[in-house]
Amino acid sequence: MIRLTDVVKEYPNGTHALNGLSMEIQDGEFVFMVGPSGSGKSTVIKLLIGEIEPSEGRVMVNGFSLRNIKEWQIPHMRRTVGVIFQDFRLIEHKNVYDNMVFAMRAVGAGPKEIKKRIPYCLNLVGLENKGRRLPSELSGGEQQRVAIARALLNNPSTIIADEPTGNLDPSRSLEIMRLLERINALGTTVLVVTHEKDLVNRFDKRVVMLERGRVVSDGKGWYGGRTL
Amino acid sequence: MSKHNLFYFAKEGAYNMFSHGFMSFAAVGITVACLLIMGTFTLVAVNANAMLAELESQNQMLAFVDKNLSEEEARAMEKDLLAIDNVTGVEFISNAEAAEAFRGRYEDDELFQLPDENFRHRYAVDLKDIGRMAQTKAELEALPGIGRGNVNAYEDEAAGFITIRNVAGVVCVVLIAVLFLVSVFIIANTIKLTTFDRRDEIAIMKMVGATNGFIRWPFVYEGFLLGVFSAVIGFFLQWGLYEAVARSVASNDTINLISVVPFEEMYTYVAVIFAAAGMLIGVGGSLSAIRKFLQV
Repeated sequence: MIRLTDVVKEYPNGTHALNGLSMEIQDGEFVFMVGPSGSGKSTVIKLLIGEIEPSEGRVMVNGFSLRNIKEWQIPHMRRTVGVIFQDFRLIEHKNVYDNMVFAMRAVGAGPKEIKKRIPYCLNLVGLENKGRRLPSELSGGEQQRVAIARALLNNPSTIIADEPTGNLDPSRSLEIMRLLERINALGTTVLVVTHEKDLVNRFDKRVVMLERGRVVSDGKGWYGGRTL
Repeated sequence: MSKHNLFYFAKEGAYNMFSHGFMSFAAVGITVACLLIMGTFTLVAVNANAMLAELESQNQMLAFVDKNLSEEEARAMEKDLLAIDNVTGVEFISNAEAAEAFRGRYEDDELFQLPDENFRHRYAVDLKDIGRMAQTKAELEALPGIGRGNVNAYEDEAAGFITIRNVAGVVCVVLIAVLFLVSVFIIANTIKLTTFDRRDEIAIMKMVGATNGFIRWPFVYEGFLLGVFSAVIGFFLQWGLYEAVARSVASNDTINLISVVPFEEMYTYVAVIFAAAGMLIGVGGSLSAIRKFLQV
C-alpha cells in the first residue's frame, strides 16, 4: 500500500514541489497520476522510490516509512517496487537476457533463480524469443516491454511507471497500457504517471490529478472524479 | 559473500580494468613510479640506518681508572661497568698498552715518547643507545675508581648521528606519505572514470534495489587488481634498480667503502610492503572514487 499524508517537499533552491499532498493507493489498485508540468508528479515518484525525503508529512510504501528510513533499508524497500521510465533505461551493450541477469544479480539472486525467473517474465511481456537481441535491435514498444519485464523480476508488489508511453506511438502506447493492466490483474499495484488524456480515458481506472503540489481531483476518468 | 557473487565481482572488476585499458595502464604506470620512489627512499634510509648503526657501534667512551689502583684492581672493576644498563661491552686497556699505542702514533717525534707511568689504565666502553650517552657517562663517573671528569664521551658526535638518523626518518616518512596520497589520488581518478562511464548501470542497480556494498565491490576489486599489478611490477623493477646501483657502488673506487645491504636480505620485507602499499592504494583509491556515485 502507498500512503502520502500531508506531504510537503521543498527543494534546497526554495521550490515548493508539494504543498500538503495526501493520497492513498490500496494494494492491487491501478491508478493514473496526471497533471501539468510542475504539478509535482516527478517529485511524488522520487519520494516513492526513496530518492528524496519529504520535508514534512509521512510517506509509506509497502510497509516502509520513508520519513526517517535508514540508508540500509532503502534497497530493501526498492525491491518491493518496480520502476519503469519513459527512456527505458536499458544497458545498450547487453542483450535483453543479460539486461535481466544484470538486474537480478544486483539484488544477489542465484543462478537457479535467474534461470527460472527471466523466461517467466519475458514470456509475460511476450518477448520470449527476443532474449538474444540487443536493445538497439528492438522497437520502442519492445524496449519498454523489456523494461517492464525487468521491473517484474524481483516480484515487486508495486509497479511505478513514469510516462511509460512518452516515446511511443499511440498503438504501441495502448499495447503497453494493456500489458500493465494485465500485470495489475495478476495482483500487482500499478501507478502510472502520464499526461496522455486520450489514453487515460480509454481505461476505466482511478485518476489522481495534481496541480501545484496538491491533489485537485481523484476518481474515475480525467476530471471525472470528485474535486477536492 | 556467496561464491557466485565473489566470481561475479571478480569478473566485473577485471572487465572494468580492461575496458579502460589506457587509463588502467596509466594508473599502473604512475603507481609503479610512486612505489619505486617510495621504495628507493626507504632502501636508502635502510642503508643509511645500517651505516649509522655500524658507526654507532664504533662510537665508544673511554673510562679512565684512578692512577692509584693497580692493574689487578682496575681489571676487577669490569663487572661493575658491565652492570650499567646501557653498556653492552667493555675492553680493558692497560697503561702499557695505551702508552705503546700512543708512542706508535708519534714514533717520529721524540717529544711524545712518554713512559708507561704517564698513562692510566682505562676501559673502552660500548653503548647500546648513544642517545643515553650523558646519563651513562654520569653513571660511570659515579663508580668508585673512576670518578668525576674521568670519562671521555663524544656527546656532540653522538648527537650528530642521532640528528642525521631522525632527519632521514622524518624525510622518509613525509615522502612516503606524500607519494602514497598521490598514488591514491591517481587510482581514484582512474576508477572515477570507470564509474562515470558506468553511471547508468549504477543507477539501474540502485533502482532495482542493489545495496551500496554490492555496487561497490566490483570497483574495489578493480582498484585491488590495479594495486597488485603495480606492486608486482614495482617490486621487480626495484630489485633490478637496487642491484644495478649496488654493482656500480661496488665497482667504483671512490665510493666502494660504502657497504650496501644485499637485496636478498630484504626482499621479503620489500615484497610485503609493496604488496600492502599497492593494495591499500588501489582499494583506498576505488573507495574514494565510488563514494560520490552511491549517493543516489
